[in-house]
Amino acid sequence: MVTREDIWRELSTIHDPEIPGLTITDMGIVADVQLEPEAGRVLVRITPTFVGCPATALICSEIEQRLRRLPLQQVQVEVTYEPPWNSNRLSERAREVLRRFGITPPPVYEGPEVPLQLLEANVPCPYCGSTETTLRSPFGPTLCRALYFCNACRQAFEHFKPV
Amino acid sequence: MGHDPSTLAAIKDLLYRMADDSLILGHRHSEWTGLGPILEEDIAFCSIAQDKLGHAYALYRLLHGLGEPEPDRAAFFRDAPEFRCCHLVEYPNDGYDFSLMRHFLFDIAEQWRYHLLEQSRYEPLAQLARKVRGEIKYHVFHATQWVVQLGARGNQESHERMQRALEVAFPLALGIFEPVPYDEILEQAGIFPGERVLQERWLETITPILERATLRLPDLRSVVPSYGGRRGIHTDYLQPLLDEMGEVIRSEPDAVW
Repeated sequence: MVTREDIWRELSTIHDPEIPGLTITDMGIVADVQLEPEAGRVLVRITPTFVGCPATALICSEIEQRLRRLPLQQVQVEVTYEPPWNSNRLSERAREVLRRFGITPPPVYEGPEVPLQLLEANVPCPYCGSTETTLRSPFGPTLCRALYFCNACRQAFEHFKPV
Repeated sequence: MGHDPSTLAAIKDLLYRMADDSLILGHRHSEWTGLGPILEEDIAFCSIAQDKLGHAYALYRLLHGLGEPEPDRAAFFRDAPEFRCCHLVEYPNDGYDFSLMRHFLFDIAEQWRYHLLEQSRYEPLAQLARKVRGEIKYHVFHATQWVVQLGARGNQESHERMQRALEVAFPLALGIFEPVPYDEILEQAGIFPGERVLQERWLETITPILERATLRLPDLRSVVPSYGGRRGIHTDYLQPLLDEMGEVIRSEPDAVW
């Protein structure tokens, strides 16, 4: 009989197609797993980073394919906005992967909303660690990233923005 | 969850107004791809476009759940008279000045609209509203920074062009809040407090920002709002946009992508 641990183990090997090395469980986009072990039915709900994230459909079909390898009768994947995803859901491992990839991870914030001052508050450079950095644009190569410039090592870098 | 027929019609009308606004403005923003005045702005406008299309898709999905056509059909197979978007979003991009001013005026209204919907008794829309809050915040941040920068901290030319853009965009923006016959039903059902409330909030928010940008807000009493979009009466710009946007899918409607 398939257990919740089996499901989570599978989910934790599925990668985000936009940032290599990041898994969907590290990203915190799995909202919940509803398993009926006797009936062999599972419902996985995912809460996407952005409503318009183009990777959502791909992630859903990847989850479905992966879970169909387990002895289950029915696999269902749903997109939900409840709870809404926020960047505090990124795991410690995710933050480490981002840093290694050259993207400064978002700061953990308190309260229900991102204080936008965070964007302009000395985001550390992922290459040299300097906080002498400047926001160039709140939009980057994917919806979840912003563009910065490091005045110390004179390099452009990206920041996974707090949402 | 059952709604009586008049409430259902009111919800659908609200969803179509919102979805059509997002789709058409998203399309206009996407026209900046590869053409932005600087690379960062090129990327910003296409990122915002992507968000808008995402919101439109989510709203068309809600409509589909209420018995309307599938999202792609709603987006690509209707003609202008069936659209419920406001005139502001239909206008061509013109220069960066107009595009930016439109983005500013629209997104502050949209931010308020979703904010007011967070407590809506139509729960699926309330959930979407709570979800997009974090996204629209970045749109407003972007628009506000540039409007203030070019209005107050640029040079005389940038100031004058932003002032002109405001004068062109303002009557169009008032069309966002065109009164609709469903306003009262939506308010009484606790779904949405109505366009008049929204316009008040919007005006209270843009006024101090435009002051910071040293731009003069046109006198509300001397401006004729550009109404009609919410009733399907559009500018001549909408149909050519729809023809272009739907050209490929209409040529082969059953193709699988």
